[in-house]
Amino acid sequence: MPEPFDPRYDMTEAIAPAGGRGGGGGGGGGVGGGPMDLPASGPQPLKGGPRRGPWRLALPWRGEPGRRSGGPAAPTGRGLWTDAWHDLRRNPVFVASALIIVFLVLIAIWPQLIASGNPYHGDLARAQDGPAPGHPFGYDLQGRDVYTRTVYGARASITVGICATLGAALLGSVLGGLAGYFGGWWDTLLSRIADVFFGIPILLGGLVFLSVVTSGSVWPVVGFIVLLGWPQISRIARGSVVTVKEHDYVQAARVLGASSGRTLLRHIAPNAVAPVIVVATIALGTYISLEATLSFLGVGLKPPTVSWGIDISSAATQIRNAPHMLLWPAGALSITVLAFIMLGDAVRDALDPKLR
Amino acid sequence: MPELMPEPMPEHMPEHMPEPDEPVLEVRDLAKLYPLTQGVVFKRRIGAVRAVDTVSFALRRGETLGIVGESGCGKSTVAKLLVSLERPTAGTIHYRGEDITRLSGRALRAVRRNIQMVFQDPYTSLNPRMTVGDIIGEPFEIHPEAAPKGNRRRAVRDLLDVVGLNPEHINRYPHQFSGGQRQRIGIARGLALRPEIIVADEPVSALDVSVQAQVVNLMETLQDEFDLSYVFIAHDLSVVRHISDRVAVMYLGRFAETGTGREIYDHPTHPYTQALLSAVPDPDPEPRARPTRILLTGDVPSPANPPSGCRFRTRCWKAQERCATEVPVLAVPTGLAGPAAHASACHFAEERAEVRA
Repeated sequence: MPEPFDPRYDMTEAIAPAGGRGGGGGGGGGVGGGPMDLPASGPQPLKGGPRRGPWRLALPWRGEPGRRSGGPAAPTGRGLWTDAWHDLRRNPVFVASALIIVFLVLIAIWPQLIASGNPYHGDLARAQDGPAPGHPFGYDLQGRDVYTRTVYGARASITVGICATLGAALLGSVLGGLAGYFGGWWDTLLSRIADVFFGIPILLGGLVFLSVVTSGSVWPVVGFIVLLGWPQISRIARGSVVTVKEHDYVQAARVLGASSGRTLLRHIAPNAVAPVIVVATIALGTYISLEATLSFLGVGLKPPTVSWGIDISSAATQIRNAPHMLLWPAGALSITVLAFIMLGDAVRDALDPKLR
Repeated sequence: MPELMPEPMPEHMPEHMPEPDEPVLEVRDLAKLYPLTQGVVFKRRIGAVRAVDTVSFALRRGETLGIVGESGCGKSTVAKLLVSLERPTAGTIHYRGEDITRLSGRALRAVRRNIQMVFQDPYTSLNPRMTVGDIIGEPFEIHPEAAPKGNRRRAVRDLLDVVGLNPEHINRYPHQFSGGQRQRIGIARGLALRPEIIVADEPVSALDVSVQAQVVNLMETLQDEFDLSYVFIAHDLSVVRHISDRVAVMYLGRFAETGTGREIYDHPTHPYTQALLSAVPDPDPEPRARPTRILLTGDVPSPANPPSGCRFRTRCWKAQERCATEVPVLAVPTGLAGPAAHASACHFAEERAEVRA
């Protein structure tokens, strides 16, 4: 055995399976002739010896050609995002949830792709009827086709869900992240503002805000949800950034002379984003149902608009006579929320190299 | 812990004596006060922690200055001041004749190229979400002039090779490496910009004992190869002795004693150094030549309210009235000769014959 403290021998290197040192060990491979001959994880003669010469020439900024140009082809540069994407493509959970979301987005844009009927056309004679040929989901209270309405409802619900989540997540994580990173009076101010928004009861705030801002579109609802949703994300992001910025690698980046922007984007954001992703994907479901609640109260989307929320709230009173009226839009809502949560989960896992 | 440094390791001998003139780094009367405040929005200053107080030293090219001391004595603050992670409250740090404490922006970035740092804990000093190639290559992205764009990947591979890691592992993540390997990655990152000075803040204290020697030896080899100057901070006396040309003993923000390894370890004249050395465990089970251990009473005083005069006087067995009123200067005491004649901040500096570590 080599001396346990033989400085030439890094025992720990033997742990890592080495993919051939490409002759890089030079004269060093197996030096000291330990009976433990591990040429693949060649012990490094760190002191003196024949290596001294090559080292001096090794670094290219000394104007010498790299000496390992003859070695095996260098693996192409990879980073966190390339590796994460590589991982995600092989993750069935990600593929399934991504397909569902792509499908939902498609029918949100072009509902006529899979539904040829008219969501506004009602036949009162068939009110609350069950499934019939050509109308697989049955009819609602006014005799409108539940299938067509569920398909057309995707647009409003998905728009509200995605836009509100994106808005709240972006606003919240930028404000919270900056507060956590820079601290000081900005942090104090922002936290107090967030507290004020936390104190607003959602329904009361919605009734006041949305009855003042009247418009037929989804944007007032999106704006209201972003307004009340960002403090939650901002708190999560702030806490996460405060934890991450204490790590030595952030200090190391500063010692290297990295700018604040670089430190935030390269070191803090990738390490602090996981909790934000989780909370945001869960919030997406909550926001879609919040839209439903607001619509139910008559201040969200107004009835000519087709949305799952409106349909769910109008079906809720009829659940004993016609459960299909509730189950289909509610099921669509659940699948949408589930798909986004699974997507968020998969992305979070892919961004953690330790789980690979 | 002398058992850390076994026999096969040759005693460190600087191969090239550093030129005595022109220090690369000159620190004068460095001080750092952390204000103690009360209140969240309206902060009131209620005092200050004197983490570092009037520390002066010079570091020559190719030289290693070891700084030892107990936890909380200000070692790490000195390191942070040297690499401009913190701004000193008073004093100057001259790098090649230029005071770096007032630099900012581009000038500071340029100086940072030459003063790099190796961190204590290799488990937190590497970004877990970056590949080794990105970690070691980041210095080149921040300082694009350090390596031409097309060469960076190869430069990273060469750096991995230089610190004794397999260049094929460039796409791995830090968690796939052991502690010693991670510290090598940290050293490679510090080395990437070809700095002149590396400040190592306890670079081996988080490592397994069996790996410490390898990392210390790697650092010595790199010092010779790249003509580096080290400021090596540790609480492990034997590691510091092994690597250092000169040693400074720190107590409560001040240097108590400075000198060569032999002067400090074999001929300590400051009572604190003597007590510190007498506390080093002896691996020899035979208690024959065991020197009397000096047991210090009490705790280290709070740096927010340090004792007047000599900082060590509250725990010193030699303390007299003079120690409370007069701050001892770090200078060679009169009346001492031979290796005992080195700088010591004590009014009653003298050797204790029986103290040997």
